[in-house]
Amino acid sequence: MAQVAVPETLEAAPARPTTRKGSGTGDTIFAFLCRAAAALVLVLLGAIIVELFLGGLPAFKAFGAAFVTSTEWDPVQEIYGAGVPIYGTILTAILALLLAVPVAFGIAFFLTEMAPDWMRGPVGTAIELLAAVPSIIFGMWGFFVIVPVMAGTIQPAIIDTIGELPLIGSLFQGPPFGTGLFTAALILAIMVLPFIAATMRDVFLQVPGVYKESAYGLGSTRWEVMRKVVLPYTRISVVGGIMLGLGRALGETMAVTFVIGNANRITPSLFGPGNTIASIVALEFGESGAGSLKLSSLLALGFLLFVISFAVLALSRWLLRSRLKG
Amino acid sequence: MSATTSPMPNSSVPGRAKDRATSEALGRRRARADAIVRVLCTAATILGLLFLASILLTLIIRGAGGISLSVFTNVTRPPGSHGGLLNPIIGSIIQVFLATIVGTPIGMLVGTYLAEYAGESRFGQVVRFVSDVLLSAPSILIGLFVYQILVLPFGGFSGWAGIVALAIIVIPVVVRTTEDMLRLLPNTLREAVIGLGAPKWKMIVLVCWRAAVSGIITGVLLAVARVAGETAPLLFTSLGNLNWSLNLSQPMSSLPITIYSYAGSPYEDWITLAWTGALIITLGVLGLNIAARSVLRARR
Repeated sequence: MAQVAVPETLEAAPARPTTRKGSGTGDTIFAFLCRAAAALVLVLLGAIIVELFLGGLPAFKAFGAAFVTSTEWDPVQEIYGAGVPIYGTILTAILALLLAVPVAFGIAFFLTEMAPDWMRGPVGTAIELLAAVPSIIFGMWGFFVIVPVMAGTIQPAIIDTIGELPLIGSLFQGPPFGTGLFTAALILAIMVLPFIAATMRDVFLQVPGVYKESAYGLGSTRWEVMRKVVLPYTRISVVGGIMLGLGRALGETMAVTFVIGNANRITPSLFGPGNTIASIVALEFGESGAGSLKLSSLLALGFLLFVISFAVLALSRWLLRSRLKG
Repeated sequence: MSATTSPMPNSSVPGRAKDRATSEALGRRRARADAIVRVLCTAATILGLLFLASILLTLIIRGAGGISLSVFTNVTRPPGSHGGLLNPIIGSIIQVFLATIVGTPIGMLVGTYLAEYAGESRFGQVVRFVSDVLLSAPSILIGLFVYQILVLPFGGFSGWAGIVALAIIVIPVVVRTTEDMLRLLPNTLREAVIGLGAPKWKMIVLVCWRAAVSGIITGVLLAVARVAGETAPLLFTSLGNLNWSLNLSQPMSSLPITIYSYAGSPYEDWITLAWTGALIITLGVLGLNIAARSVLRARR
């Protein structure tokens, strides 16, 4: 057998290119399809940027660079500026992170170091399910459940206590509408909470067991292991996870639309109404005719939002790259 | 960390008793800090679970009462005339189904490219990065984009535009899971297939895809769950339609858009319908998520 087989393979060797070519057409087509699909993703991103920019071009032309900083939004006189929604977007997103990050850290710490094994799966799944709840449901829940509580108890209490303080007091004054920037930030915090918690949990789990066991072996408490071993080891990825949450918070639309109060002016109080880029686009789009300067301004706002969230998400990916490779 | 081995340099009266007292105090402080943090972290977890419970309870309390046969058999009608949600439900099913049909093959091909062809190439890394950015990009911008390319030039809102917008959201979800699942396959599997003389495309389609099918199904279920609740992109594309219409060239009704407009209305029965729709959609989305998880778990 072997004697027959050896010359056969030797003879087959020169003939190989032709047989390869036969099956090669299938390979060529399939590889082309895969590559074309991959290229389509790049084209999509490029097209989104270009289309939003072109759509916003009339507004950029009409208002110049001042569009980004102007706080005017006057449909009657056709003067539009991005200042108020940009302020609202950044303020609510940052505030949401301030509220969400400590809680997300607590959940990740609980799930990785504290919870008994049987509890980790179900609790982790429940937190992840919170991330799956559609945005509009958060909006309805926020509007019908959280807003009355904010207006009835939480905001009056804060206004009467913190609002009386010098300096920071002015941030917490004004009538307790229930809606407004602060409530929007609170809903956003609840929405990004599961994303940040899940990322933190995943990166905490990647700390080699030996490191933690060494620290435990020296008599460290769980908190000390977290603070002096796990956090230093994972801090870059943790920041990446927070950035991922920030990216989500910046572009969240429906939930914010329900509770933000829809006002196009900057109020000094966090309890005042406002707008984010996403919410103003959703709320004002219906009243903007095709080809109008207002529609162009909304598209220009969309372009700005894309630039901001692209930068934040790119930073997040870059910080998380070590985790993704691992 | 260990307290007993560190003598106090400033202590004027060094001695065993003093050392022990200091170390005991330090030990107590460490234990106290640990206990406080653990209580706070447990509280954080309970808080997170409470949010989910509160949302679900609110949906059930306000929405379950409105569930009746007429919700599923009647079309949307003016307030006070016993309308249902038939056309939004059908419209959502059509749009989500077609968006998945369009987006899944593209996403699978991209994921396959990243796992089987790209290697560490620059192009592959850029595609992976862009796909990840699209995964988290604000969905409202995808709606505005489709408005620009399909609604404005072709003279109106349409079901097709909604389908394209949702398909763009489906693609990166499927890319992510397809690539991850293909990467989990052992290389010996590929070598065995190639060793038998099969061309690469047959190896991928007949062996790798089949071996990763549970993971890919998980990705598709997650993608369906994601787009089923999407509202913002549809505002600018399929718009919503209060009349019965299966024409994809016309504005098309969808459950999230109907919930949005009904929840903001001043009519009691419309608001009740909005809650019922919200309950239906949330149960559907969470059910799909749980199904996706169990598909993956059953396979492992």
